[in-house]
Amino acid sequence: MADIEVSQLTKRFGDFVAVNELSFSVQHGEVFGLLGPNGAGKSTLIRMLTTLVPPTSGTARVNGFDIVRAPNSVRQSIGVIPQAMTSDLDLSAEENMSIFAKLYGLPHERRKRVIQELLKAVDLEQWADKPVKMFSGGMRRRLEIARGLVHEPKIFFLDEPTTGLDPVSRVAVWEMLERLRRERDLTILVTTHYMDEADKLCDRIAIVDHGKLVALDSPLKLKASIPGENILEVSFSSLPQDWEATLKALPDVVDVKSSDHIFRISSQNGPRTTVALMEAARKAGIQVSSLSVQSTTLDDVFAHYTGHQLRDALQAPPGYAVGFMYDRQ
Amino acid sequence: MNRILAIIERDLRRFRRSPTLIIVSMLLPLVQLVVLGYAFGGKVKHLRLGVVDQDHGVPALRLKEMFQAVAANARTFDTITYVDRGTALRDLREGRIGGVVEIPPEFSRKFLAGQNPQLALAEDNTDQFNSTALEGTLNQLIAAYNQKPVPPRISANATLAVVELYPYVPYIQYLLPGSIVLAIFVSAMIGGGIIYIDDKARGLHEGYLVTPIRKYELILGFNLSGAVKAILSGLVLVTLGSVIAGVPDPFNLARLVRMFLMVVTTALALISMMFLLMVRVSDPLVPRAIFGVLNTVLFFPSGAVYPIQAFPPWMRIISIVDPFTYAVHGFKQLVLKNTGLGPLVPDLLFLGIFAVIAMSVATLLFRRTL
Repeated sequence: MADIEVSQLTKRFGDFVAVNELSFSVQHGEVFGLLGPNGAGKSTLIRMLTTLVPPTSGTARVNGFDIVRAPNSVRQSIGVIPQAMTSDLDLSAEENMSIFAKLYGLPHERRKRVIQELLKAVDLEQWADKPVKMFSGGMRRRLEIARGLVHEPKIFFLDEPTTGLDPVSRVAVWEMLERLRRERDLTILVTTHYMDEADKLCDRIAIVDHGKLVALDSPLKLKASIPGENILEVSFSSLPQDWEATLKALPDVVDVKSSDHIFRISSQNGPRTTVALMEAARKAGIQVSSLSVQSTTLDDVFAHYTGHQLRDALQAPPGYAVGFMYDRQ
Repeated sequence: MNRILAIIERDLRRFRRSPTLIIVSMLLPLVQLVVLGYAFGGKVKHLRLGVVDQDHGVPALRLKEMFQAVAANARTFDTITYVDRGTALRDLREGRIGGVVEIPPEFSRKFLAGQNPQLALAEDNTDQFNSTALEGTLNQLIAAYNQKPVPPRISANATLAVVELYPYVPYIQYLLPGSIVLAIFVSAMIGGGIIYIDDKARGLHEGYLVTPIRKYELILGFNLSGAVKAILSGLVLVTLGSVIAGVPDPFNLARLVRMFLMVVTTALALISMMFLLMVRVSDPLVPRAIFGVLNTVLFFPSGAVYPIQAFPPWMRIISIVDPFTYAVHGFKQLVLKNTGLGPLVPDLLFLGIFAVIAMSVATLLFRRTL
């Protein structure tokens, strides 16, 4: 049986459909990534799976427990790192962990042992008794990851764990997650809007856009699934008639997309297409203003499946902005 | 149970690390007690009283000597002598003096002839406290003036002999029960419900809502930790406040135990009331906006500063449902009369039942989702 099974899960906030009939399952031991721009519905989905938001329709089972009918059993089997930093700034790292261990009902001896182990695992041992307000963003995030594991859950949910962190801290968090997963036999569901993060961390990736699942596979297969080996991004000084058709006719070109006078050309052979492109521009009497040639990345996969780049979008409003005095979710 | 304790531990550890908050919640009510106690309680002194003597006879002179005696001793007023009536009345209208006593031209003659001699008092009655004090003092003065040097042996006048059951209660002592309740209330406002609202505003609540904690455990945890803080402030007022207000024998053990019982019950009632009021609020500005009003609506109808018997009927209805009323009543029994447990039972019962109902309704209304 899969650790997480999601079937036709939907969440509406009034007229706004945040999550639209999503279905997928996550196998034991997998690192499963939800990739999408801000407002795609990733956080809402995670909040439903972690029992924080009731679904409008559809079902989901986490560790075999229904999220609506057995929320407490779900809560007992999962560790959750919400998007917002939720550690108490006035308390020390150890106190933060200890209080959560108590909330999970861990007995005294086990509490002490687990907290020591985890603080060591996230490399915060020497800061154990320092107040969290002295921590950097990366340290605080590592503490929260440790805190989420304090009751030794089987399934671990992380909502954008590296958002707002500097590149070094991000890599540190990735490595730590990778190690924890191996050592603790975890199933991990992680949301991100960073392509490189999804590429590096995940066994499988679900691309979500406007609350819908648009693609689901391993990073390698996703990259292979879109046409072309290379992507050329090119812009010109001016655009002659039927220029897009000319570009499409260049050797090895699979596809051409344009937006804002920038053309994204998928090619089976980047170097050869580049030479032909320069030649065509010379013949047409225009200049190439910019040109870059890259291997296909998840960015391209994302653009291919959603028809647009990662961009900002409206998201479900936070509770207290909805009503005047009372939230109405 | 452990989960409730964990919520309490978290809150109290944070509280312990915020000395400003501790000082604000414990010491400010003491300041309030002292300021309010002396602002309201004192006797009116040094009112400026103009005296216009148009008579100049011996009885008028005697009267003026008596005025001066009051000015020198009780100091309710200071006298200022005017030669003409017009200037005195103009000064009165322009607020330079608080009243004018006029001794009319025929005063001495009428006095000696026993023909109803009259004095005139023109007063600034916009301040009731001042004018009442002035009239009271002058009436006493006139009564003394009228007294015969040798009282008649047989009198047909009925008199009232007053028996005072308790020692004289200065206003600051009268105010102490209200101040104790107010201290508890101030802590109740910054604990319990508002902590959860602040957690919501900062997103901290997501952290513990994903743990298997139950609704009632969360609510009990918040309320009990809030109650602990409120009890601490209440106890500061019960001890230090009693000393400041000059309550006789402030550390009487039996009374302290009864006080403690009242403080605990009051704290639980007020904190659960606040949690209930805030149970669906998410905007952290809302509680701040309603605290001032709430304070007025609950504190003043409770009889803490002015007797309930003087209220209009609609306000008495508020005071019947207001938990402050029962708390203030209970503390008054203990502070002013040092009674036993008996007279407190109705207050304790009301507050206890109020706490249980408020917490149960809050649990029903509480949403354990985002």
